[in-house]
Amino acid sequence: MFVLADHLLHPEGDPLPRDVDASAAAALLARGVACRAPVSGTVYGTLLNDRAALDALGDAVHAAPYKAPPKAPILYVKPRNSFAGHRGRVVVPDNAAGVEVGASLGIVIGRTATRVSVEYAADYIAGYTLIGDLSVPHTNVYRPNVRVRARDGFCVIGPALVAARHVATPDQLDIAVSLNGATPFTASTASSVRNVAQLLADVTDFMTLNAGDVLTLGVRHGSPVAHIGDTATLTIGNLSPLAISFVGADQHNGEQS
Amino acid sequence: MMRGRVAYAGAIHEAYPHENGVRLADGRVRREDEVVWLAPIEVGTIFALGLNYAEHAKELQFSKQEEPLVFLKGPGSVVGHRGFTRRPADVTFMHYECELAVVIGRTAQNVKRENAMQHVAGYTIGNDYAVRDYLENYYRPNLRVKNRDGGTVLGPWFVDAADIADITQVELRTFVNGTRQQCGNTRDLVTDIPTLIEYLSSFMTLAPGDVILTGTPEGIVNVNAGDEVVCEIDGLGRLVNTIASDADFGRA
Repeated sequence: MFVLADHLLHPEGDPLPRDVDASAAAALLARGVACRAPVSGTVYGTLLNDRAALDALGDAVHAAPYKAPPKAPILYVKPRNSFAGHRGRVVVPDNAAGVEVGASLGIVIGRTATRVSVEYAADYIAGYTLIGDLSVPHTNVYRPNVRVRARDGFCVIGPALVAARHVATPDQLDIAVSLNGATPFTASTASSVRNVAQLLADVTDFMTLNAGDVLTLGVRHGSPVAHIGDTATLTIGNLSPLAISFVGADQHNGEQS
Repeated sequence: MMRGRVAYAGAIHEAYPHENGVRLADGRVRREDEVVWLAPIEVGTIFALGLNYAEHAKELQFSKQEEPLVFLKGPGSVVGHRGFTRRPADVTFMHYECELAVVIGRTAQNVKRENAMQHVAGYTIGNDYAVRDYLENYYRPNLRVKNRDGGTVLGPWFVDAADIADITQVELRTFVNGTRQQCGNTRDLVTDIPTLIEYLSSFMTLAPGDVILTGTPEGIVNVNAGDEVVCEIDGLGRLVNTIASDADFGRA
């Protein structure tokens, strides 16, 4: 059974996740704990839900191979092997290409969501989280590509799932991604093609989302690219920042399993 | 050994083939239609292959690929044997895809093809439906085509790998209302099972319960509400599914 009461997080080393209030979560994180991904459901990513990403494609959406602009939401699965938590160490497969660090709002489903209407969408949302949706940079989105999207550690979640009452305006949140403390890349959830309620309605028209599943609102266009040795800090609204370290394959010691 | 998972009398049971239907683990024998068939395993990550039989790729007018065309499906799309799959009233082309489903039994990371079959626990039949009207050329086949509720039919049995003498030579057949429409053989896979496991495990860790739907051979036709679709694979049984209408689901 999935319940999100307040701040659900899973400190590394603890046998089970814990659900605590904001100040207890902040105190834990201030001590520098690493966390596991606080998710056991399915995570669905949303592609091209940022107006800037569509604008960047420009007239290409009318040419081969795309031939028309997207109509329905375009989704992809971030599978369980890709889950990692706050302070996770992620292997950069090719340091020349790097890893694109997309920050997305994650919509945490609270109860079985099938054919949800925009009007009642909020009733199905338990809360929100921060998703570090990582990918090997790729410009061609014609074919699904698990090799660039579904690698081990490429879906960093948390630190916590946060109950919806703490996030009053999910469609008006500032997003920032900073590498090594430098001036961050900034964006906003306000640039979404479909807002939270519309996305949930359009997706659940053809597929059911279950309690504990997470649907991303989608990463923003122009997200920075990290390389070995970098640490990324992701923030959305007033959610606790999510930290990700990027390492080479030889430095990875399996800590995040 | 063949094992199914069924709901009966308020609980979920392991079940086995029996001459009069199915035998539950607790000894009760029931007719096949007295139980509700669930997918035979609780699935982990579901991988699906596109265009993995040469003749089917030709049928869809695709040329040879450089890398296997793999996409992922969610567990919410899964239904069991004798289940129903909705066909939206406004579409013109919805089709079944009979596929050999490979179930991973051991964690696999950077596995070489010569060792890959050690990571296979067994097999089941998959029917990986598609609604072609909803195809869009972004992460194609997009999930609205492939990950619909009821769009991944699995079962009836999970069959241990050791029980299949030669998985590289099994025939797949699909019957629509009793007429054979699709026929193929795993010998014609473009990328075979060990190579798929080597490929996937080279960049992601596979875990027990993960399922690889290995693609479908040629012979796809449109199906309509009320059609009975039966997928058969040598040694794995026959997987029955019925196409339901929008009206069945309270949709105008």
